[in-house]
Amino acid sequence: MSRGAVFDDRSPIYLQIAEKIKNDILSGALREDEQVMSTNQYAAFYRINPATAAKGFHELIDEGILYKRRGVGMFVAPDARERLRHDRRQRFFAEVVDPMLAEARVLGIPLGDVVRRIEERAGQEVDRT
Amino acid sequence: MRIEVRDLSVRFGRNVAVDGPSFTLDGDKVYGLLGRNGAGKTTLLSVLAAFRRANAGTVRVDGEDPFEHPTLTRDICFVRDRVDAEDTDRVRRVLQRARDLRPYWDDAYAAKLTELFHLATDRKISALSRGMKSALAITVGLATRAPLTLFDEPFLGLDAPSRRVFYDELLADYLAHPRTVVLSTHLIDEIAPLFEEVIIIDRGRLMLHEETDALRSRGATVTGPAEAVDRFVGDMVVLSERRLGPTKSVTVMGSLGPEWRLAAQGLDLEIGPVGLQDLFVHLTREERP
Repeated sequence: MSRGAVFDDRSPIYLQIAEKIKNDILSGALREDEQVMSTNQYAAFYRINPATAAKGFHELIDEGILYKRRGVGMFVAPDARERLRHDRRQRFFAEVVDPMLAEARVLGIPLGDVVRRIEERAGQEVDRT
Repeated sequence: MRIEVRDLSVRFGRNVAVDGPSFTLDGDKVYGLLGRNGAGKTTLLSVLAAFRRANAGTVRVDGEDPFEHPTLTRDICFVRDRVDAEDTDRVRRVLQRARDLRPYWDDAYAAKLTELFHLATDRKISALSRGMKSALAITVGLATRAPLTLFDEPFLGLDAPSRRVFYDELLADYLAHPRTVVLSTHLIDEIAPLFEEVIIIDRGRLMLHEETDALRSRGATVTGPAEAVDRFVGDMVVLSERRLGPTKSVTVMGSLGPEWRLAAQGLDLEIGPVGLQDLFVHLTREERP
């Protein structure tokens, strides 16, 4: 299933659905107060059971990322993007930086080399702006 | 339709095909019935479909025994990989008969399906390939729109593109007309995302009945230095283990959450997922360690 293959066996599909929608909000593909697909549209498009899709959407409503308008559908909450960015920033160090440092230690790369690389990149970023 | 199975037993001579399972399906969902060849899937479905009577135990469909129940059986459709028809019957005749018998039959939908499957309605049954026989059975099964539809490995003869058509149509038509669907298969990975719940039977017994998504996180593999793996796994239920030199990989039953993952990182152990198909293979193996 090509569209089905979007999801892997690593975790429950409903959590992967929630994650996908969060990513779309973060990247700006889904804007605040924009309507999201219905669970049935989502289920048909990704070839998954509608109950699974609904569970993913409920997760997002519980988290306040989406809100429901009776009889109309589900929409992106006005502060969703900012809240997601805040959450992801907190996870960034634990999930990206710490594993990178652990890998560097395994490979015997001195911490100084890593810091130097980051500073080089930071310099390029400054040049670009 | 709500299905209640209690201590069901079906014997063929000395051979016990269905050996006492009890379970309840609330209905209006798509259920996957998984089991190896000879596990008793077909026999179980035939009892639900009122095609045969159990030796012991009970089956209730919406509270009633379906066997020889004139109104209830009209609402139950049993689909295999071929239709029950004479070799000399034409496809058109098979569809007409279904229309005469079935209260929820949708002619336009049947026509759409025959087109999607490239099924020639003027062909005789004897002239159909195995795949076309499957396609006809599936067309009848879907267009019947029975409140309880039982598919018994209906797509064995279908090639991959036609299976895709079947999955898409099953999902779309279920969304438009919610009903109870039980589908048996051992091609799990392909169709598992469509199942809301999964029932696994093994040697006639109920092994597991669970939400598919919950099952997805039920197993894990732990890989790393043998001694560390053994200590980490402790008294978890081990489904299988493999060794390569000093490295050991163990498949365990149980969801290993973030705290386990963190602990594993510190021990140089890797935790991986177990797909539904793998989990099924491990659970239904002849012998376990």
